[in-house]
Amino acid sequence: MAATDVDRFSSEEKRNLNLGGHVGFDSLPDQLVSKSVTQGFCFNILCVGETGIGKSTLMNTLFNTTFENEEASHYQNGVYLRPRTYDLKESNVHLKLTIVDTVGFGDQINKEESYKPIVDYIDTQFESYLQEELKIKRSLFNYHDTRIHVCLYFIAPTGHSLKSLDLVTMKKLDSKVNIIPIIAKADTISKSELHKFKIKIMSELVSNGVQIYQFPTDDEAVTEINASMNALLPFAVVGSIEEVKVGNKLVRARQYPWGVVQVENESHCDFVKLREMLIRVNMEDLREQTHARHYELYRRCKLEEMGFKDTDPDSQPFSLQETYEAKRKEFLGDLQRKEEEMRQMFVNKVKETEAELKEKERELHEKFEQLKRMHQEEKKKVDEKRHDLEEEMHAFNRRKVAAESLQAQSLQASAQLPLKKDKDKKNRSVNTENQSGVTLSNSKVMIAKASVEPLNCDSWWQAIQCCTCLVKNAAWREGFF
Amino acid sequence: HAEPLKYKSKKKADKNDQEKQYVGFATLPNQVHRKSVKKGFDFTLMVAGESGLGKSTLVNSLFLTDLYKDRKLLNAEERINQTVEIIKHTVDIEEKGVKLKLTIVDTPGFGDAVNNAECWKPITDYIDQQFEQYFRDESGLNRKNIQDNRVHCCLYFIPPFGHGLRPVDVEFMKALHEKVNVVPLISKADCLTPSEVKKLKDRVREEIDKFGIKIYQFPDCDSDEDEEFKQQDKELKESTPFAVIGSNTVVEAKGQRVRGRLYPWGIVEVENQSHCDFVKLRNMLIRTHMHDLKDVTCDVHYENYRAQCIQQMTSKLTQDSRIESPIPILPLPTPDAETEKLIKMKDQEVGFLKD
Repeated sequence: MAATDVDRFSSEEKRNLNLGGHVGFDSLPDQLVSKSVTQGFCFNILCVGETGIGKSTLMNTLFNTTFENEEASHYQNGVYLRPRTYDLKESNVHLKLTIVDTVGFGDQINKEESYKPIVDYIDTQFESYLQEELKIKRSLFNYHDTRIHVCLYFIAPTGHSLKSLDLVTMKKLDSKVNIIPIIAKADTISKSELHKFKIKIMSELVSNGVQIYQFPTDDEAVTEINASMNALLPFAVVGSIEEVKVGNKLVRARQYPWGVVQVENESHCDFVKLREMLIRVNMEDLREQTHARHYELYRRCKLEEMGFKDTDPDSQPFSLQETYEAKRKEFLGDLQRKEEEMRQMFVNKVKETEAELKEKERELHEKFEQLKRMHQEEKKKVDEKRHDLEEEMHAFNRRKVAAESLQAQSLQASAQLPLKKDKDKKNRSVNTENQSGVTLSNSKVMIAKASVEPLNCDSWWQAIQCCTCLVKNAAWREGFF
Repeated sequence: HAEPLKYKSKKKADKNDQEKQYVGFATLPNQVHRKSVKKGFDFTLMVAGESGLGKSTLVNSLFLTDLYKDRKLLNAEERINQTVEIIKHTVDIEEKGVKLKLTIVDTPGFGDAVNNAECWKPITDYIDQQFEQYFRDESGLNRKNIQDNRVHCCLYFIPPFGHGLRPVDVEFMKALHEKVNVVPLISKADCLTPSEVKKLKDRVREEIDKFGIKIYQFPDCDSDEDEEFKQQDKELKESTPFAVIGSNTVVEAKGQRVRGRLYPWGIVEVENQSHCDFVKLRNMLIRTHMHDLKDVTCDVHYENYRAQCIQQMTSKLTQDSRIESPIPILPLPTPDAETEKLIKMKDQEVGFLKD
């Protein structure tokens, strides 16, 4: 079977042929258009300008509808962008129009960061498109394109020159979006002033290298008109949605005591020119430029940032595959290293913690032992004390019994017979009353006790102490001591 | 013959009260039209089938020109072991200001050898290569001048001499139906009577269904089209596969000079709708559905290829460098019940101490 490589595909030189008749592919543009009409079009406008300069009014005037809008305040903390999408229809052409407003532009005292939200917004839209393009399963034909196709930059009608903020902002935007500068509220400038103003603005832009959008002059159908319009930039516009009766017609205009400024009168302002250029002639070209130039530039920068190159050091074209693989290997290598590190750290940590825990365990054991010992010692002491106490009690009891038997003996001495029965030492109780109910005197009781139980004392003091319990009379007791 | 697809758009409104309400973006279709004419179009058509089925003649008839000057035809013995080649012819043609860069991809040798096993492989490889080239270009950094060489349509020629599809026809179409728009044709239809044509068409349609071959489907027309258009569309769909006749010669028939084939028994007119479906094919391929063929190639076949390609890339990479789980499971000793109790007790103690 045939081996297949590119070299085997032979091809003739391209050549022009004459057709012998009507083939019919001249309907191709119609086929394309029919498809686009079914799909619908979409267009995104960014309006940059100070608060109150007439952005919303101009949009209303351009598209002949009132887009809902409240007046913006001058006291925003920063610039933020507010996109709003509308579905418009004319004849049978559907247009998904998105108008992005810069709220708060030019109001802050320090305007150095004012351009940033705008640039970020534009980049974000490019980024979403890029993400969609890089997806594995993508549906670009269905995708709602939010990239900004044109930026209308509103210049305040000072009559002298651009403001510094204008220059700085336009410089930052010119490589990201098609800029069309317009002079807003142009009904405050007279014709001669306007001419000078326009020249001054254009020369400032040129000398600072700001690239504004040029209407394309390469298509014969529109070369003439575009070229003439290019010379009239920036357009001086007046916007109004109010209508005033002029002659016998109602026209959009602004009524002043000194006259009526008609929006659609070409000698009053350039509104008609702007509408013609922006919508009726070059809308498609604006979209194409955004996609083919600005987006491609963004994409190229982004991919280069990510490390993709078109050619490797040997100037062989890199395939996306190889680059991707290389990046992937690098990334995985990094990942592996990080994992190793983490694993090491983890292992170390575990060891440490284990050691700590062991240490703690040991300490606890020790403490426990210590406490146990203390506890035991105390217990011993308490036991000893108890033992002592018990012994004392025993001793005390014995003496008590002795005293009782002594008493009993003394009783016996006075009444021998009955007492003899009480010689049982165990059952003795010192009874100061004999059986006949005669109360014995103390001394007799003492003598009785003494005869029953010999005192177990070493000294007379102790002896006295043993007998004191027998001494009823408290005064006597006290007297002894 | 069929009307070219009308694109609906009214002319710009006259300057009257309408003007006031008129914004002007209804000119967008015109702007698109203008730009597309200026840019020009391109189309790549592949023809495949055995030798001698009239492919070159048909292409010449379709585009009313002679693409195949000075070509050499091989003998039978030269063809025994013939391999399939891929030959591209590129021509620039213009009509009423519309420029078309037409590329015809020829596949001489297909099905001609004695052993035709996998003879479609060079063809599928070629198609894949074009996809790959486009994918590479599209993913590159500089996308200014991408050349689109992807094959937009493949006309497959079925010989009329048999009873339906042969194994090689089925295999070929199945190998290609997910890579390119396949349009099967019954070639040299002047050897079939009308009833035979009908029978063969039904048979072929049946077999296409049976074998699950996905040939190019015409998109349904919008519900708001007029009845005539819808009727035409229906007829078109019902006469597939087209039975075609081609001719390189012009003959005189009924006082007119027409493309046709002269036989003793009569003249076959290529552009006569009652003789063959050539006109239907031409209208469909060129006048009404050329752009749709391109769209389906871009949006369906190419996207499938791209998705597959990316998935293959990623799965290959993950397979190569699969590493084990990075967190090692340390063998911790499982404590026994007693120790656990002890631990619990001591924990409580410690807890109380803390408080």
